[in-house]
Amino acid sequence: MKPLYDLAVIGAGPAGVAGALTASFAGLDVVLIDAAPRPGGQYFRHLPQGFNAQAPGALHHGLDGFTRQWETLRARADVLLGHKVWAVERAEGTVTVRCLEGDREERPRTVTARGLLIATGAHDRPLPFPGWDLPGVLTAGGAQALLKGNLVVAGRKVVVAGTGPFLLPVAAGLAEAGADVRGVYEANGRLGLARHPLLAAGKAGEALGYGASLARHRVPYRGRHAVIAAHGEGALTHVTVARLDSAWRPVSTRTVECDTLAYGYGFVPQLELPVQLGCATRADADGSPVVTVDGGLRTSVPGVYAAGESTGVGGAVLAEVEGRIAGRSAAADLGRRVPPLPRLSRRRDRLAAFAKALLEAYPVRPGWQGWLRDDTLVCRCEEVPLSAVREAQDLGAIDARSVKLLARPGMGWCQGRMCGYAVACLAGEDPAAPRRPIAQPIRLGDLAAPTRSPLEG
Amino acid sequence: MNQPYDLVRARPEPEFEISVDGAPVPVIPGQTIGAALHGAGIRSWRTTRIGARPRGLFCGIGVCFDCLVTVNGSPSLRACLTEARPGDRVSTGARAGQVGPGGRAGDGDGTDGGKTVNGR
Repeated sequence: MKPLYDLAVIGAGPAGVAGALTASFAGLDVVLIDAAPRPGGQYFRHLPQGFNAQAPGALHHGLDGFTRQWETLRARADVLLGHKVWAVERAEGTVTVRCLEGDREERPRTVTARGLLIATGAHDRPLPFPGWDLPGVLTAGGAQALLKGNLVVAGRKVVVAGTGPFLLPVAAGLAEAGADVRGVYEANGRLGLARHPLLAAGKAGEALGYGASLARHRVPYRGRHAVIAAHGEGALTHVTVARLDSAWRPVSTRTVECDTLAYGYGFVPQLELPVQLGCATRADADGSPVVTVDGGLRTSVPGVYAAGESTGVGGAVLAEVEGRIAGRSAAADLGRRVPPLPRLSRRRDRLAAFAKALLEAYPVRPGWQGWLRDDTLVCRCEEVPLSAVREAQDLGAIDARSVKLLARPGMGWCQGRMCGYAVACLAGEDPAAPRRPIAQPIRLGDLAAPTRSPLEG
Repeated sequence: MNQPYDLVRARPEPEFEISVDGAPVPVIPGQTIGAALHGAGIRSWRTTRIGARPRGLFCGIGVCFDCLVTVNGSPSLRACLTEARPGDRVSTGARAGQVGPGGRAGDGDGTDGGKTVNGR
């Protein structure tokens, strides 16, 4: 461990690992930090050693390449796994990263560096609907994490729903792992991207693979369908599936028995840390806030870079390319000789154009708001029903912030990470960049205590 | 169900046990408490403080805080992130997820005597 690194990288997913490795090859002293006990982020989530998996790649597309980068990086840079970052600060050209080490007996740790690469990824974007808080209703990413990280199949009879191409690997993974997948319900058109030129250029094979897997397991894949209600006493027993019109208003409904629903309507980039540092944000193609970056993945704050989902949701391949570009920029900005590599930038442009096309092909359409009833919880933590949100609006709350102040959605444990998008939509605005000065819960004692660097162990 | 194990050709180490309200739940070394419970068919392990609604895993990746659990007396741990250890005693009866002495994250308005804070 060093008292001052050239570059700290937060996030051990494809963007962070590629960025850290590239910066290290370019001559920087690098430290990589991640909250999880194993590398990979969400996409390349690793199984614990205890499984002795001989073929871990069966659960991931492209795992071998990631693993090679990870093994190389571990030999060249310092890696701090199991370190949750709760705050970052920057003063006089030095970035201070404040972490909590460990999953139970947390110890405060501080890392300092001249530059910072933020590669914190994204989480699922759930929409509220009647029954979404019943046990057995999971986010698609949650079902995926159970399988990839724990070899637990989320349920016996599973429905997969929401929108976007991510539903396919989730459903295929569950079916391959033995679940009876009762159906995949895509709220947008099923063939949203079939004609996109880039699909032919690379992603087609992957998509066809999932399609073949679903066909082999006789899993129906329906476009313009959604789960609009979940039912059960204390746990999920069945869902209401609706055929939708183009605005997502239900046209007809039927009931599907299941013990598990895995669903998601896109992703929310995790922006707490760049917002803490004052990095400028912009609205992405779907209206979500993302970090503004230049062609070298530099944010508006000198010495701070962002790569992967935080600059716009685009998947693991784009994330890796962005990580490499960011690592090169960080090295160049600290005076290392980094020859230009225009090919990499062109690759990023192509992949980013594809990501934008995906966001446009799988939007969230306003009809979902009609699925809610007065007593449907909008905020799970504070148990705020739709009626309370409407009441706040009747009292004069004209934006999401005043709805939050009057009715409390977004004020509980998750701090609006689950309901923030929905509350913004209900208030008639795009979601704002999150202002959370503390990115992870921390005990007051730890907050008050002087922090130690890992050096002082 | 052996299929996920076959898929990755897993040769898991011997299971150990944790106790959940006194009942044994098997764990493969490295699994989280949330995954072990969910895999054992336990779908909820706390109730909410207003509507007493049952809650278990939802986001599964540490973001939603629905799966809070008390382990060996330590309240408010995210089950989906907390790796199980042999002999862990998990209690679900209490209305876990509420802030109390030694609690972890704070209710947003900080008026309920919590000892901890959470960013807003």
